[in-house]
Amino acid sequence: MFRLGCVATLLLASGLPCFASSPPQTPLPGEELLSTDNPIGRYGGTLVVAQRSEPKTLNPVTAADAPSREVIGRLTADLIHINRASQQTEPALAKSWTVSKNGRVFTVKLRHGVRFSDGQPFDADDVLFSFKVYLDEKVHSPQRDLLVVGGKPIEVEKVDPYTLRFTLAQPYAAAERIFDGLAMMPRHLLERAYKEDKFATTWNLTAAPAEMAGLGPFRVREYAPGQKIVLERNPYYWKADRNKNRLPYLDELVFLFVGNEDAQAIRFQAGDSDIISRFSAENYVVLSREAAARGIELFDLGPSLEYNFLVFNLNDLSSKNLSKIAAKQTWFQNVRFRSAVSSAIDREGIVKLVYSGRASPLWGNVSPSNKFWVNSALPHPARSLDKARELLKSAGFSWRSDGRLVDRQSQPVEFSIIASSSNAQRSKMATIVQDDLNQLGMDVHVVPLEFRAVVDRVFQTYDYEASIMGLGGGDADPNPEMNVWLSNGGTHLWHLGESKPATEWEAQIDLLMRKQMVQLNYKQRKRLYDQVQELVAANVPYVFLATPNILVGAKKKVGNFKPAILDPNTLWNVEQLYFLPSNGSPPRATQ
Amino acid sequence: MSSDMTGTRKMITGAVLLASLHFVILLAGFVAPNDPATQNRELPFVPPSRLHFVDARGHVHLRPFIYRWAPHAGSFNEYDESRDREYPIHFLVAGTQYRIAGWVPARIHLFGVEEPARAFLLGTDNFGRDQFSRILFGGQISVAAGILATLISLGLGTLVGCISGLYGKWIDEVAMRFAELFLVLPWIYLLFAVRSFLPLHMSPTQTFFLLITVIGTIGWARPARLVRGIVLGARNQNYVKASRGFGASDLHLMRHHILPLSYGALLTQAALLVPQYILAEVTLSFFGLGVSEPNPSWGSLLAILQQYNVLVSYWWMFAPAVALVVVSFGYLSIANAFHERLQSVSI
Repeated sequence: MFRLGCVATLLLASGLPCFASSPPQTPLPGEELLSTDNPIGRYGGTLVVAQRSEPKTLNPVTAADAPSREVIGRLTADLIHINRASQQTEPALAKSWTVSKNGRVFTVKLRHGVRFSDGQPFDADDVLFSFKVYLDEKVHSPQRDLLVVGGKPIEVEKVDPYTLRFTLAQPYAAAERIFDGLAMMPRHLLERAYKEDKFATTWNLTAAPAEMAGLGPFRVREYAPGQKIVLERNPYYWKADRNKNRLPYLDELVFLFVGNEDAQAIRFQAGDSDIISRFSAENYVVLSREAAARGIELFDLGPSLEYNFLVFNLNDLSSKNLSKIAAKQTWFQNVRFRSAVSSAIDREGIVKLVYSGRASPLWGNVSPSNKFWVNSALPHPARSLDKARELLKSAGFSWRSDGRLVDRQSQPVEFSIIASSSNAQRSKMATIVQDDLNQLGMDVHVVPLEFRAVVDRVFQTYDYEASIMGLGGGDADPNPEMNVWLSNGGTHLWHLGESKPATEWEAQIDLLMRKQMVQLNYKQRKRLYDQVQELVAANVPYVFLATPNILVGAKKKVGNFKPAILDPNTLWNVEQLYFLPSNGSPPRATQ
Repeated sequence: MSSDMTGTRKMITGAVLLASLHFVILLAGFVAPNDPATQNRELPFVPPSRLHFVDARGHVHLRPFIYRWAPHAGSFNEYDESRDREYPIHFLVAGTQYRIAGWVPARIHLFGVEEPARAFLLGTDNFGRDQFSRILFGGQISVAAGILATLISLGLGTLVGCISGLYGKWIDEVAMRFAELFLVLPWIYLLFAVRSFLPLHMSPTQTFFLLITVIGTIGWARPARLVRGIVLGARNQNYVKASRGFGASDLHLMRHHILPLSYGALLTQAALLVPQYILAEVTLSFFGLGVSEPNPSWGSLLAILQQYNVLVSYWWMFAPAVALVVVSFGYLSIANAFHERLQSVSI
């Protein structure tokens, strides 16, 4: 301890900065660093972020949950990256790429001199290895579906150690976007595990930091189960600011595991964490009261890309023993019934009561903030109980003397809505929808269930009548939505596992979605996707409710903080974040 | 003598407190100025209405009045009193329909103000529902659950205790070992387990009866041991033996000679169990396993305090906890008084 102190004093005395973790390596000759255009920061400091839950794994191929991906995203890098601020693609590990005229062949040039966080060089063999793993069906990577275009996996060939060729079975719109988030992995560390069929279990949380290496701005230093994971600077990171200071500026990045959103807000308020992402509007009100006194700044970035909706169970229940629900499906299958429900819902009320006004009402699946793709011609009908009653009447429903709605067989309309009990917003939405539909004479019960139970019922057992769910938020492009709208898609929630489209309009949506996927021209693609949005709005498979605003916050002393509406909202430029000097003098980088 | 006096006084105080609370809760529809399920979506988290006697012009009113709450410009959960008009409190006014004790339809409310103002004695919740009315209606569910579950527990317990005490031998062994098993069970977790096995889609009435059955059935062991003890003690008394000698049946012995000895203990037990079972219902509802929205119970009213922003922002959301404490205190003071009386009698 004493000796360490001496070294620190010596370093300070000599005017050199004292690094808590390994100092950034000086660039090697021929190393092609990516130069960023951010304002120059200064080295040092530990940034603390409170996460709701612990990551389940640090394996980039098998990770499916948000906390794992949040951490892994800081440890790894991709070939082509979507800039979260501009929402456009930009070079990353690939310094450039060209597309053949038919839109099927991508030639990608890698950056020279890039090294993994353990100092080993990165080249085309690592890329080949990474794609081999992602495409291996035995590994069960959630990203594999994205890499299968036109029914065939992408073909990857090595041209030379720094050039690769990717061939797609058919043209694919915005194909370079699929490279985003695909972590390039070190062959030298993982090939053995892969050959021994142990890949899925490698790089779990108990793996020693020395066994792991990535191309991200940070590398793992320490993991304390149930408490935190500490990342330290990757001294070989391949980005530098315009003064040639190798990034990241921060010495360490710490993720605390705190359990829930309220705890995140409390820890942030108490000053234990430096940044808070995606918290509720109610906590925004609480935090903003003392924001100035506590030296924090809060940002409302406007509507997210997420969409919350009410979905009725239209699944084929013939093989399940659920006759009661099947009987109610005659109501749910009637588009006028669904439209009546949509017309009766007070979306403004949801925005006000659930999100304290920090949200936008929704009538379609594309959020108003998705400027490139939203169909702004879609109608936004105001709430009308009269119109809802008319629709119900025309669909053969009538009202008993006590005001209860009954169908043609005089069966009272009664159903339950399941919603995740851990998501306070969705439970509240369910209570508002319940009250709205009561005014139409429907007897609606709200059943809060644990999130896993909701997912299990919606995706597996189909033992539910209606549910409030949320989807989206990943990318602005329509392609990640393919699995929601294709009739055989894995997230086609209202009717899963259709062998062929159950209705005419679902067949049309299939056709349009497939067409837009191979259409390379933006305007024509937009026209196709506009039609999809019109069909969805007209046939109401989902009753869209609202999209929350993205609310984030940071201590004022965090420099280069540029939150974005795309995930990860706050840490996407973590390599550029730094701590402003407390005396307010202009920042400068020293090395 | 003097301790007897204070005991009686305590009992009377407790009894009067409890009786009036139960009366108010039973007549919730009459006392509550608003419907407990009606949402006022413009008025979430309104603070309690303030009673005024002096208006904005400085005039004194003999009849108390309130001002309407108007949302503070540019804010969603902050309000100002809009002083352009006074709304005097009227008594015995016509309002929304309700049923007295869940039965007789009526429209007259104890007090109220003219539309469009609303009297929110304890503010509103996140949907703009009147918290005071919800506490009263929630009390109907919570307190009824406590009392009914207690009856079930005592009924079961007395039955098992009598059989066990009277017949002894292996019956007693089996019953008492079983009772011990129930006593050591962590009952709150057992309640969760039982509740999670049951179907989800149930009407509020079904849920309510299910709740009290589950709570009441789990708690039979303690009263059973109590009654067994009394029966065991009485069985060998000379007057019981004499009665048996004259050919009295077991049932006769029980009804006329043995059970009357246990009434005092059972009453004390009841006064202890009711608040405990109210708390059990509150706990289950707090975790979302009780009656569903929009029906209130004290537990589901308190559940909103699980949210940090509510906890630190809206003090009136704690009001159901105060009601719970007062009712529990009433029952426990009665139990205490009973207990003291029993002791003085037996000495």
